[in-house]
Amino acid sequence: MTEFIVVTSGKGGVGKTTSSASVAVGLAKRGKKVAVIDFDVGLRNLDLIMGCERRVVYDFVNVIHQECTLKQALIKDKRYDNLHVLAASQTRDKEALTKDGVERVLNELKDEGFDYVVCDSPAGIEKGAFLAMYFADRAIVVVNPEVSSVRDSDRILGLLSSKTRRAETGAEPVVQHLLLTRYNPTRVAAGDMMSIDDVKEILGIEVLGVIPESEGVLAASNAGVPVILDDTSNAGHAYDDAVARLLGDVRPMRFLDAPKKGILSRLFGS
Amino acid sequence: MGLFDFLRGSPKQTASIAKERLRIIVAQERSARGSPDYLPLLRRELLEVIRKYVNVDQEAVDIQVKRDGDHEVLDLTVTLPDKSSAAAAAAAAAREG
Repeated sequence: MTEFIVVTSGKGGVGKTTSSASVAVGLAKRGKKVAVIDFDVGLRNLDLIMGCERRVVYDFVNVIHQECTLKQALIKDKRYDNLHVLAASQTRDKEALTKDGVERVLNELKDEGFDYVVCDSPAGIEKGAFLAMYFADRAIVVVNPEVSSVRDSDRILGLLSSKTRRAETGAEPVVQHLLLTRYNPTRVAAGDMMSIDDVKEILGIEVLGVIPESEGVLAASNAGVPVILDDTSNAGHAYDDAVARLLGDVRPMRFLDAPKKGILSRLFGS
Repeated sequence: MGLFDFLRGSPKQTASIAKERLRIIVAQERSARGSPDYLPLLRRELLEVIRKYVNVDQEAVDIQVKRDGDHEVLDLTVTLPDKSSAAAAAAAAAREG
């Protein structure tokens, strides 16, 4: 059984691609056969985060327009044989995606025996974002503890329960999760940033994971190695916890407390 | 927060303001969700018609689409002003007119 997971947010720059890459790697690390697809046609970026940008020959739009086979376009990850990347087109406009074309590619992935297909949505609520979520069984809504991101997430949650195949056919609704990113426990403790409980209360759905704001995220994207593979980074550990929860593990949330300060930084501020 | 921050006076804690603002706007947007696109225009035109006969204010007309079993019901509530203030407004309008 193939599960389609959309990683979405409405707002841009909150960490969708970083999260898609880490979730895909986390699932592959656990032995699942995974494909991760970049739906951001015209602004390809997942390839960079995954570190396979120089191996892109064919892309998602080529497959949709039958200019190559799906096998030719899937880029096998160098770290995990069971992980494949399907890059977005850099040259076409976003109208190049069609509902029928996307459905055909997803069905082919299903026939190939993939366990999970992670769909990395573009920002906004236009065609690319709509198609990324349309066939989803499960949605990971990436949200920063900040007003515009939270409001946009609520809009996306509304679309997930009305504009998806599951909603239109009256099937079981899309399973929805929140993934809080760029969480800064020190600022939460100071009352300058909304807490996990605040966001949960406003949006009314469960939190899959909290990713602390971390230097590791930038370092990982610099290197083209998804941050979940960085054992020294709290963000990496937090993503690993989130993937474990996705698969049904029960794990307590970590990295929610502000680091203790020494006497000097207490006196002089940090 | 350090000693010198304390001397400078502590900044206002803004997370609770954010939460309160979001709670209100999210509730408002959720209630409007799924209702037909023509509702705002319908509301404006109804308000104009009603104002030909009664002096009501902007907030007087409330339109909602509600589900009742299998069908949808257009629920329209018009709050009329109480008699004394309506009479005063009419008199004022007459003087101006």
